[in-house]
Amino acid sequence: MPINLPLTQVSSQLDSRAISAVELLQACIDRTKAVDSRVGAFNSFDEAAALAQARASDERRAAGKTLGPLDGIPVGLKDIISVKDQPLTASSKMLANYISPYDATVTRKLREAGAVFWGRLNLDEFAMGSSTENSAMGPTNNPYDLARVAGGSSGGSAAAIAAGEVTAALGTDTGGSIRQPASFCNLVGLKPTYGLVSRYGVSAYASSLDQVGPIARTVEDAAIMLSAIAGHDPLDSTSILAEIPDYRAALHQKKGPWRLGVPKEYFGDGLDPEVAAAVQTAINFYKNQGCEIREVSLPHTEYGIAVYYIVATAECSSNMARFDGIRYGHRSTAATDAVDIYSKTRAEGFGEEVKRRIILGTYVLSSGYYDAYYLRAQKVRTLIRQDFIDAYKQVDAIIAPTSPTPAFLKGSHKTPLEAYLGDIYTIGVNMAGLPGLSMPCGFTQTGLPIGVQLIGQPFKEAELLSIAHAYDSAHDWAKHLPNL
Amino acid sequence: MAATSPNLDIEKLASLARIDLAPDEKEKFAAQLGDVLKYVDQLKRVDITGIEPTAHGFPISNVWAEDNVTPGFTADEALRNAPAQRDNMISVPKVVE
Repeated sequence: MPINLPLTQVSSQLDSRAISAVELLQACIDRTKAVDSRVGAFNSFDEAAALAQARASDERRAAGKTLGPLDGIPVGLKDIISVKDQPLTASSKMLANYISPYDATVTRKLREAGAVFWGRLNLDEFAMGSSTENSAMGPTNNPYDLARVAGGSSGGSAAAIAAGEVTAALGTDTGGSIRQPASFCNLVGLKPTYGLVSRYGVSAYASSLDQVGPIARTVEDAAIMLSAIAGHDPLDSTSILAEIPDYRAALHQKKGPWRLGVPKEYFGDGLDPEVAAAVQTAINFYKNQGCEIREVSLPHTEYGIAVYYIVATAECSSNMARFDGIRYGHRSTAATDAVDIYSKTRAEGFGEEVKRRIILGTYVLSSGYYDAYYLRAQKVRTLIRQDFIDAYKQVDAIIAPTSPTPAFLKGSHKTPLEAYLGDIYTIGVNMAGLPGLSMPCGFTQTGLPIGVQLIGQPFKEAELLSIAHAYDSAHDWAKHLPNL
Repeated sequence: MAATSPNLDIEKLASLARIDLAPDEKEKFAAQLGDVLKYVDQLKRVDITGIEPTAHGFPISNVWAEDNVTPGFTADEALRNAPAQRDNMISVPKVVE
């Protein structure tokens, strides 16, 4: 079935006319209707709009005007990325009835590449969470074990691919929200360097950390997706002016053997032994390929979570101020005056985790505490970033676990702090603005996927993807499908 | 567990954040945020003498755009998501008596 194949193979089937884009989409529609009541990856879908896009793709192909490897591919978008005339809920009651009046830049770019949009995919409300349990739409379940989380916040994007409902997807990553769900669902997830991909039209959570990136079955699939979405955008002044290489072509220009750094701080207490063993096996693969494996130190790793939950909540409290019940989104009908309308609207519209983060962010920015918390956190952020810069004097990339554990049971985090601690290996990448990739590297004895993370140097995605491809193309984890 | 920070005035924060918290939310958040603040106190151990703050992974500043007219929304498009509207304007409760 094409629904379980990597994008590259589906694309070949479209090119050889073994299947049409409409048939392919119909397979995804049928699959979604058959499994999504159990998986919960989708917030909504628009069958008619998707079929129109698929028909247009088939017409282009018939006319010899195919737009490239994404033409006709069903791609799911996290429901925080704007698609003109489609809902954007951010999995929040606040935006239950919101319709995007414009395309995000990444949406426009995928549209121009011929992708067919299938589904608005679930997330933790406004991307705040690591399990997709904090969603007003209900949780997304892991296709490999429905009692467990799919990861988060891009849990819907990962689960939809793993369940065969879409071929590839976009997520966003502020502290690990692409890489961790990819690792929980046996997929490849790439958080690009901060500034490589435009954030225009993507609902903002923590603007200095947020980045859009692909989730897909293979590294080659992710490379194709990244080529389509990367590049400068005048509508996002933090996007970088640089030539974007063809990342897929770059995969085959082998420049190894590479020097890979193993950060000793990423292999301490709290790392699940099965995850540690699988990651070590991946490291041994590189060693056997002639790569130099060197222990490195990222001494400020232990402070990453504390810095993140100050910086991210501070930025969150500012960004969420736009949801005031005036211009768009939910408006409380119980309010009587102008201030009351803000307070009641926000009380009714936001879920618990969003409120908690806004309150914490308000605290760390408030008069008298700014220097003690926010400014201090920004300075420690400098030290975290410097750790990586120092490590890259010795190595080309860093290899480490993505998450300390495989997918955990739903409801197993009893306190917010306990949930936050799971982001320990992904958060530093966002602090330092680096590219980070998670790819499958094995399964636990009970059949849960395990991911290994590669952390690259700024804007060297081509090299990062090449390193990852060397491993990924020599293994067949993507063939291990869930039983749904 | 309920390590409520003495400085964490949840009433004031809710008011600053413009969120009308329910009584049970106030109690719960005060305790949970107290725990988080206790956790982030570890940052006080770090020597930050002479360290500059980082606001972005890759600082880019002063990006200017040409002051050109570009296509924008029509009034209908801009107002489509407004909770209440009248005469091509967003309608809000009375602000001034």
